[in-house]
Amino acid sequence: MKITFPHMGTLDIVLSDLFSRLDVDFVVPPKTTTKTVNLGVKHAPEFACFPLKVTIGNLIEGLEAGADTIIMVGGTGPCRFGFYAEVQNKILHDIGYDFEMIVLEPPMTDIKDFIKKCKKIAPKKSLIQIFHAVRVGWKKAVAIDEVERETLKTRAFERNFDDTTVARKKALTVLEQAVTSLEIREAREEALSLINKVEKDHTRRALKIGIVGEFYVLLEPYINFDIEKYLGQKAIYLERPVYLTDWISPSKNNPVMGINSDEIKKAAKPYLSHFVGGEGQATVGHVVKFAEEGFDGIIQLLPFTCMPEIIAKSILPRVYKDLDIPVLTLVIDEQTGRAGIVTRLEAFMDLLWNRRKKKLSVVS
Amino acid sequence: MKVGVPRALLYYKYFPLWDTFLSELGAEVVLSPRTNKRILNLGTGAAENEVCLPVKVFYGHVLSLKDKVDALFIPRVVSVEGGAYTCPKFLGLPDMIRALDVDLPHIISPTFNLKLGLREFCCSIFELGGYFTKNFYKIISAFYKGLNKLRNFEGLMQDGYLLNEALTGRLSPTPKGSLHIGVVGHPYNIFDSYVNMNLIERLKRRDIKVLTAEMIAPEIIDEIVSNLQKKLFWTYEKDVVGAVFHWLDTKSVDGIIYVLSFACGPDSLIQILIEHEARKQGFSVPIMPIVIDEHSGEAGLVTRLEAFTDMITRNKVGRL
Repeated sequence: MKITFPHMGTLDIVLSDLFSRLDVDFVVPPKTTTKTVNLGVKHAPEFACFPLKVTIGNLIEGLEAGADTIIMVGGTGPCRFGFYAEVQNKILHDIGYDFEMIVLEPPMTDIKDFIKKCKKIAPKKSLIQIFHAVRVGWKKAVAIDEVERETLKTRAFERNFDDTTVARKKALTVLEQAVTSLEIREAREEALSLINKVEKDHTRRALKIGIVGEFYVLLEPYINFDIEKYLGQKAIYLERPVYLTDWISPSKNNPVMGINSDEIKKAAKPYLSHFVGGEGQATVGHVVKFAEEGFDGIIQLLPFTCMPEIIAKSILPRVYKDLDIPVLTLVIDEQTGRAGIVTRLEAFMDLLWNRRKKKLSVVS
Repeated sequence: MKVGVPRALLYYKYFPLWDTFLSELGAEVVLSPRTNKRILNLGTGAAENEVCLPVKVFYGHVLSLKDKVDALFIPRVVSVEGGAYTCPKFLGLPDMIRALDVDLPHIISPTFNLKLGLREFCCSIFELGGYFTKNFYKIISAFYKGLNKLRNFEGLMQDGYLLNEALTGRLSPTPKGSLHIGVVGHPYNIFDSYVNMNLIERLKRRDIKVLTAEMIAPEIIDEIVSNLQKKLFWTYEKDVVGAVFHWLDTKSVDGIIYVLSFACGPDSLIQILIEHEARKQGFSVPIMPIVIDEHSGEAGLVTRLEAFTDMITRNKVGRL
């Protein structure tokens, strides 16, 4: 058995770590490229959401690299993501690949089935060993996300161009090598200090922007044109409420950002009072929170035809009218070009700077 | 009190119930006109451009109604059976309408969520009834009358009448031709003759008997759907998948037309299930998907329809 899985930001580091702990044979598909996207677009339905297309491309490349088992997570709706695995299974079989698909449904729906599948993935390990591996792996995953978080905050102030990106890369390598709990703790300290040691220019004035939206587009740098690096290097302090571990974590308190999901629901309530699947309600809630914290602007990212985010997008005009915060929505799919995104971002940044100048002149 | 009901989306599923319930409680139900060019333009102008066509049409109906009524009835239908949702857009519909930058009358938006059980559902009914009367028994009796109307309406469809006939009560004789075509998709796409450019009428004019998913007994659909590898968590898509699988199985139709609206989330995925099943059966029953949006042209539809019906006619003659 050789396992493969789709990419999503730093998920490959987390899963590689977990699978080596479980003594499972696996293959990481090549990083997402234009070829991946083209493969996905060719085989996926026309107006399926963009992540489905890209992940199908990833899985094809993974199978080509020698995998014979695919791991995916399921869901209970109403977002389409819960049905991805089923559709990927059908499409890949229809185009002639032979493989087995293990779909991990949320343990709350069927705990027995969940345990059975865990045993299937790691036949050599006992349940307690699996549990232990997941717990230690989890610590590493949280540390990786913390590095990401600090990177976003630091980049806007770096004195020398690209220092932060280099430091981040080093930090991730340090973390990747850590195995035991103790090593992870030490590696985390070292990784975070690597980011902190980046020389900073504290006199620089930076805009504060919050990035919200659908998690896949937020987390996968190839898909969002590495928007975070682009903005960071233009002196923009970024905050993102969604990280990989925040998204997976079953607890209501997000481990990386420390945001309570009930609080977010409450913030969204005046505008969107019911959950709509995916991140729809959270997006609205985060925009409200960012506005209250005095951010200069918000960027919402979503894949084309994403249902929950479209609902959020329809509601956001009311939010920014009420709270006076500009929101730029970028819809991304295989047709989106980098130049188009950059132009719109530049215009948005100009707008934000002008607003800030105006506000300052009113105060003085 | 004049209560406006937009003639779009779930109107096609539950109007007999809503109409009877609201009228019994003393409200005057005002229905928006049939979809026309003005309504579609209003909708596409007001809605976000990524939204699917039926929701844009819904926006148009709301805007055409807003000045004529005291309140708008836009329920939040989260779930109509245990373990399944409707569609995310229905979950956010009242909030999306409230976010419109226009003066709107009061929006009555009770939340119906059968996932939470019958008790919660009853609470929603009483909450809705509470707008009009404090009389507990009046609400119950109005609801039962409405439910009876709904059963009647569904019964008529199972007897082979089309949804729009059952809704208006103007039943027409079935065409004499021997060709049967199954038309599946969301009722708000199939029976809104403006957005689908008179699809059903066009088929009938060619003496073709049109069958829809509503004509199949729910038990049959439930049984077929329960055989799926993964349970479908969208109720209305279940009907589509169940109907197509049933027809593929029994070969009771000569061809299937699958109407879907562009950017429809659930449709984009169940399309794959249908294709997969049809391939497994060796495409013995031809299927034609038709994707509609506000840019669809009539000529394109007519050409494809003619080609499709010609092909299945020839198929049938050949087999005889």
